[in-house]
Amino acid sequence: MIPRRRFIAASGALAAGLGPLETLAETVTLPFENGVRPIVKYPQKRPMIGLTSRPPQLETPFAVFNDNVITPNDAFFVRYHLSNIPFGDIDPDTWTVDVKGKVNKPLKLKLADIKRMPSIELVAVNQCSGNSRGFSNPRVAGGQSGNGAMGNARWRGVPLKAVLDQAGVQAGAKQVAYAGFDGPVIDKTPKFVKALDIDHARDGEVMIAWQMNGADLPVLNGYPLRMVVPGWYGTYWMKHLNEITVLDGEFDGFWMKGAYRIPDTADAMIEPGTAPKATVPINRFNVRSFITSVADGARLKAGETTLKGIAFDSGSGIKQVDVSADDGKTWMPARLGPELGKYSFREWTLPVTLSAGGHVLKVRAVSNAGKTQPETAGWNPPGYMRNVIESVHVTAA
Amino acid sequence: MKRLTLLTAIGVAAALSAGANLSASAKPIDFDLPPDTAELKPGPNLEVVQGNCGACHSADYIQTQPIGPKFKKDFWTAEVTKMIKVYGAPIDEKDVPQIVDYLTATY
Repeated sequence: MIPRRRFIAASGALAAGLGPLETLAETVTLPFENGVRPIVKYPQKRPMIGLTSRPPQLETPFAVFNDNVITPNDAFFVRYHLSNIPFGDIDPDTWTVDVKGKVNKPLKLKLADIKRMPSIELVAVNQCSGNSRGFSNPRVAGGQSGNGAMGNARWRGVPLKAVLDQAGVQAGAKQVAYAGFDGPVIDKTPKFVKALDIDHARDGEVMIAWQMNGADLPVLNGYPLRMVVPGWYGTYWMKHLNEITVLDGEFDGFWMKGAYRIPDTADAMIEPGTAPKATVPINRFNVRSFITSVADGARLKAGETTLKGIAFDSGSGIKQVDVSADDGKTWMPARLGPELGKYSFREWTLPVTLSAGGHVLKVRAVSNAGKTQPETAGWNPPGYMRNVIESVHVTAA
Repeated sequence: MKRLTLLTAIGVAAALSAGANLSASAKPIDFDLPPDTAELKPGPNLEVVQGNCGACHSADYIQTQPIGPKFKKDFWTAEVTKMIKVYGAPIDEKDVPQIVDYLTATY
């Protein structure tokens, strides 16, 4: 990613034939074709990589992942689906979550009611299904993210199980569907609704969160309540949660049956450019790892340097991280940092000695479940679940 | 539903600069998105595209899609069809080829 500052005075911009929106623009270029993005400033956020304005999609600048294994709230990525987001209507005093459907006692829980219930806390990665989609080869339609549509935070909230128990789930319940207060601009667009199987919803870890890294959720990350589904892709982490419905069948809404589907193959990948024979809803993360301490194209001093990065999976935890400084010919085990939880980023470090010249650095993680990352990137039509072994090209001098 | 917050403009600025959470006041929040950063590029049938696409999403949804010879008429036809059939966009049938032509020629 190459930062490119373009401080152009308004008069200069007009003289150059640029529109008023392009003045004083700072951009970054993500490392794929058509990867120029504006750096944008939103309330409660530091300058972020702007993917789209309406609905808003903001990507975390990758250097943030090197600063701390916990992603700060003001740098956490943002991804909405639909543009009708009446932020001015959010009132924490009147915010209500409707719990209905196949329950013995339908509930209308105020935010304060939820905050009074016994809470749990866990560190978990939230990652967009389409994180890294811009690297798909061949390219596919959709939000063209680099690697910054992910983040790791300490979430506090009430287990969804506790809320469901209070309402009394009826025998024969199959799924729990849930929605937030944001919606489509036109009535015919399907409202964003997601669903989990009842046993998953009651596993005690799926959480209705009201706090992120010790503070209220940022508005753009779902204030005042969001669903946290540890180890599962961000599409299930409903923002601005206000409705929970227990169903005695499988939820058949568009965002489960039509979108966020992956090929029903072992690794969710298929022959590039082909169509899947069968699909299933996207679900758990695969295992990924990144080098965070040096960017692709970096120039380093020859000699010893300590590489640093992160690894994560869907909750088995990281068993081992290996690093190669010779384009994958030989691998060395990295030292793992403290475990903040099985759903968290796990920091790794490794001192390496780089002779003068060009080097290709690689990192791969192995999960406690025995899964690792592929040497060549898999492909699927929606561009989901990329987890290839990442390479960083550096020059030492 | 919408009520004015008690925060003054100066208070908002101070809260933002301190990195404080505006919602900590437990009042309805004062929160506005910044304006769109991208405009549709000039091209044929621009008004038709402006009239049909901009209500639901900003121009960068178009601008950031993959480019090149594989992302021309077939790609944009599929995208416009998806907007109509999947997302219910109320686009007149006669506008569809004009929108596809604009997208193919411009992006």
